[in-house]
Amino acid sequence: MSLPFLLEIGTEEIPDWMIPGALESLRGQLEGLGIAARTDATPRRLVARADGLLERLPDTEERVTGPRQTAPAKAVEGFARKQGITPADLSVEGEYYTYLRKKLGRRMIDVLAESLPGIILKIAFPKTMYWTGKTGPRFIRPIRWLVALLGDDVIPFELAGVHSSNITVGQRRTLQSASQAGLPVTIENYEQTLRANCVILSAAARRKKIEDEIAALGIRLKPDPALLETLVYLTEYPTPILGEFDPQFLALPEEVLITVMRHHQKYFSVEDESGHLAPRFVAVMNTSADPEGLVRRGNERVLRARFNDARFFWQTDQRKKLADRVADLAHVTFQAKLGSYLEKTDRVVTLVNRLGGDEDAQRAARLAKADLTTELVKEFTELQGIVGGLYARAQGEPDEVWQAIYDHYKPESMEDSVPRSTAGRLVSLADKLDTLIECFRIGMAPTGSRDPFGLRRAAQGVVKIMVEGRINAPMLLTENGEELSEFFKDRIRFYFRERGFRYDEVNAAMAAFWWDLPNLEDRLVRLQEIRSTPNFEPLAASFKRIKNILRQADFAGGPFTPSLLEPGPESELYDEIFRIGQQPIETTIGALRPKVDLFFDKVLVNAPDPAVRANRLAMLHGLLEQFRTFADFSEIVTNS
Amino acid sequence: MESFQQIIFKLKQYWAERGCIIQEPYDVEVGAGTMCPETFLRVLGPKPYRVAYVQPSRRPADGRYGENPNRLYKHSQLQVILKPSPADVIEQYLGSLEAVGIDLTQHDIKFEEDNWEAPTLGAWGVGWQVMLDGLEITQFTYFQQCGGIDLDVVPAELTYGLERLTAFLQVKDSVYGIEWAPGFSYGDVRFQDELQFSVYNFEMAEVQTLWKLFDLYEGEAARLLAAYPKYAEKARFPLLPAYDQVLKCSNLFNTLDSRGAISVTERVGVIQRVRKLAVGVAHAWADQQEAAQ
Repeated sequence: MSLPFLLEIGTEEIPDWMIPGALESLRGQLEGLGIAARTDATPRRLVARADGLLERLPDTEERVTGPRQTAPAKAVEGFARKQGITPADLSVEGEYYTYLRKKLGRRMIDVLAESLPGIILKIAFPKTMYWTGKTGPRFIRPIRWLVALLGDDVIPFELAGVHSSNITVGQRRTLQSASQAGLPVTIENYEQTLRANCVILSAAARRKKIEDEIAALGIRLKPDPALLETLVYLTEYPTPILGEFDPQFLALPEEVLITVMRHHQKYFSVEDESGHLAPRFVAVMNTSADPEGLVRRGNERVLRARFNDARFFWQTDQRKKLADRVADLAHVTFQAKLGSYLEKTDRVVTLVNRLGGDEDAQRAARLAKADLTTELVKEFTELQGIVGGLYARAQGEPDEVWQAIYDHYKPESMEDSVPRSTAGRLVSLADKLDTLIECFRIGMAPTGSRDPFGLRRAAQGVVKIMVEGRINAPMLLTENGEELSEFFKDRIRFYFRERGFRYDEVNAAMAAFWWDLPNLEDRLVRLQEIRSTPNFEPLAASFKRIKNILRQADFAGGPFTPSLLEPGPESELYDEIFRIGQQPIETTIGALRPKVDLFFDKVLVNAPDPAVRANRLAMLHGLLEQFRTFADFSEIVTNS
Repeated sequence: MESFQQIIFKLKQYWAERGCIIQEPYDVEVGAGTMCPETFLRVLGPKPYRVAYVQPSRRPADGRYGENPNRLYKHSQLQVILKPSPADVIEQYLGSLEAVGIDLTQHDIKFEEDNWEAPTLGAWGVGWQVMLDGLEITQFTYFQQCGGIDLDVVPAELTYGLERLTAFLQVKDSVYGIEWAPGFSYGDVRFQDELQFSVYNFEMAEVQTLWKLFDLYEGEAARLLAAYPKYAEKARFPLLPAYDQVLKCSNLFNTLDSRGAISVTERVGVIQRVRKLAVGVAHAWADQQEAAQ
C-alpha cells in the first residue's frame, strides 16, 4: 500500500530571503530518505508533501555465518540457540553453517518519526537562534507547531517541546479568521483548510494574486521583480492596495522617492503614461481587504513622514556644496589601516590621471566621495554616488562631471551596465582599482567565502568596465603583485565564461596574453568563430602534439637554418609558416592544416641527425610563435 | 481618542496582568530601554523575570531642535522583558495592541526581519521590526547574548515606540501634535527638552569637559571592576553602582558623537572602551548571582 505524506513546520516569521534556500535544503534531505517531496512555504510554515510512500520498507535478509561444518555438534547447537532457531534451520555455505535471517522491513511511520527531527534541524539557514535555552535546538526562528502525517496517521515525534499532530494554524488575524484556534487537517483537505483561513500555501499562487490584482488596478508599475519576490515570501495572504502621495514631493529626485518607497516601505512605484513617476504607490498587505481604507491611509501617512524627512535632508545638504565637502572626507574612514576617504580621493584622482582622464573626469573623481558627508546618504546609504551626482547637477557641474559621479559605483553586478560616459568609466575603474590595490597591499585579499570588502565584485567591475568600455590599462592589472594579478585573471575567466565563451577558449586566448582586455575580447570572438570551421580542431590537436614534442625535447627555441630543410612536406610546411605573418588567422588555418598533417604523416621530427632534429624543433617552435600573440591553441580541448 | 498617557496606562496594565513587574524609568540617562539594569543585568543567569517599564531614551544625534515632526532627541520606549519567552509570546504581543484599541482584523501587520545588535553592550539578538500599516511600531528581539555572555534562558524583548504608536492611534502627522493628557499636547510637555538639548548637544556642550567626565566615569567603573575579584563578601559588592558609571560613559559618548567630536577612526576605540566595561560588569554580575545561589 502506498501513502501520502505531509510535513508542516510551523514557525514564527522566517526572513523572506531565506525561505527558498530552506526549502531546497529540506527537499534535499528528504531525498536522502528516498522521498521525492514537493515543497511550499509561507513566512510561518515550511511544508513538504509527497505521494506513494511505502507503508513498510522492503524486507531484507542478513547472512549470519556460523561454525565450520566440522565443528562439534555442541557448537552448532549453541550458534542456533543464539539466533533463536534450531540447527535444522541452518543452511550450509561452503564449509560453514549459515543462517539467513529475515528482517522485516521497518514501518515508514517509524522511520519518519525517527528521522524527521534531525532533518528539520539540519535545514540550512544563514543564521540561526536558540530559544528554549542555551543547550536547546537551533533554528531560524522558534518552531511553534508541527503537522506530520503519513496517510491518516500522525507521525509521532517531539522537537523543542513541540509534539507533532494534525493541527495547523491559519493567518494570525484577518477579517476571515479572527481566531488562532487550531485547525485539524487531513492531507487531502490541508491546502483548502489553509486557504479558508487566509493562508495561500503556494508561492506561485501568491505571486499570481499580487500580479492579477495589481493589473486590475489599471495602473503602470515600475517593474521590480526582486521586490515582488520579497513580498511573496513576506505574506501569507497578499493583497495589493493603491495609495497616493502629495504631488509636490515629485520636486524631489525620483531616485530618492523610489528608494524610500522600495527599500524602506516595500512599495511599488507607479508611472504615468510618459514613464515618469506618478504620485501613487502600491503596498501589499498581508490580509484580505481594507474595507475602511485604514491600511491605505496609514501607509500614506508613513510615506508622507518619510518624504518630509528626505526633503529636509535634501534641502539641508544643499547649503554646503560638494566641492566644500571634500575636505571633510578627512574625517570619514575608508578603512582603519588605509586612512580616510580624503586620502582615497587623492589616490583615485591620480589613477584617473594615469588612465588618461580629462579635466572633467578628474573633477568627478575629486567630488565622487563627498556625498558620504551628506545627511541624505547617511540616511539612504544605498544612494551613495547617485546623491552625489544629483547634488553636483543641482550645483551646476557639467553633465560629464555629475553623470560620472552618479554612475561611479556601477556596475554593481554582472547584469548591471557600466557607467554611461568615459569619465564615469574612468572614475569607477580608478575607485575600484584603488580599493583592490590597497586591500591587497595590506594583506586583506578575500579568503574562501569571506570577502568583507566586496573585492570580488570590485574586480568584476574592473574587468567589465575595461572590456565593455574598451579601456586598455595593462600596467594597472599587472604591476601590483602576483596575487592581485592572479585575482584579476580569475575574474577575467569568470567574466568571459559568463559571456558564453568556453573555458578552453578563454584559457587559450589568455595564455597568449591577458592584460589588454579589449584585445582579449576581440581574440575570443575570433577564436569562437574559427573554432566552428572544419580545420580548426584538427589543427589545435596538432598544436598540442607540437607542444608535447617540444616539451619532451626540452626545447625552448634555437637557431633555424632553412638549408637543412628537406624538400617535400617539410619545405612546404615551412613555406606556409612563412606566409602566416601576412594573413589574418581566419584564412591561415585552412591552408596550414593539410601541411601540418602531411608533415607529421611523412616527416620524423626526431631525425637521427641531431642538427636536422634541432632544426625541425626550431621550425615547429616558430610555428607556435606565429600564433603566440593570438592564442595558445594547444589549450583547446579537442575530441580527436 | 486615547491620550498618550492612557495608552501607556493600558499597556502597563496589560503586561501587569501577564505577570510583569511594573518598574519606573531608570534614573540614569540611557540611549535605549535595553541598557537599563532591569534588562541588561536581569537577562543574565537562569532566573525567570518579567518586567515592563517606560524608559525615556536619549539619542543626542537624533535631536532636531523640535523642528522635525518625527525625530526626537528623547523618545519614550515601553520596554517589556519576558524571561523566558513564552511559546505564545507573539499572540500576547498582538493582544497588547488590541488592548490599546487596534482592531487587528482591520489592519495590516507584518513581521520583517531585523536583528538587533548593541556593540557597546556586547549584546545581540534576532527578531523583527513589527510593521503596522507600514509603520514600524515595535522592535521584537530574542536575546542571544548580553555582555558577551551566551544567555542561559532566552528572553523576548518588546520595545514599543510610544510616540509613534500614539501618533498612529491619534492619526497625527507630527509627534508634537499628539495629546499627552487632555488639554496638553506632546509639544506642550516636551518641546523645550527637544530645543534646549539640541542646542546643548550640537552647539554648546564643551568637548573637553565631556571627555574629562568620560575619563572620570570610566576610571571609577574600572576601579570598581578591578576590586571585585579580591572582594570577600561578593553579595554586597557594588556592581550596580559600577554599571551606572558605564551608563554615564555611554551617554557621554553619544553626546560627544553628536557634537562631532569623535572621528570615525576614534569611534571604534571609544565603543571598545565602553564595551569593555559593560562586559566586565556583566561577567561580574553573573558571578555574583551564581555565588548568591
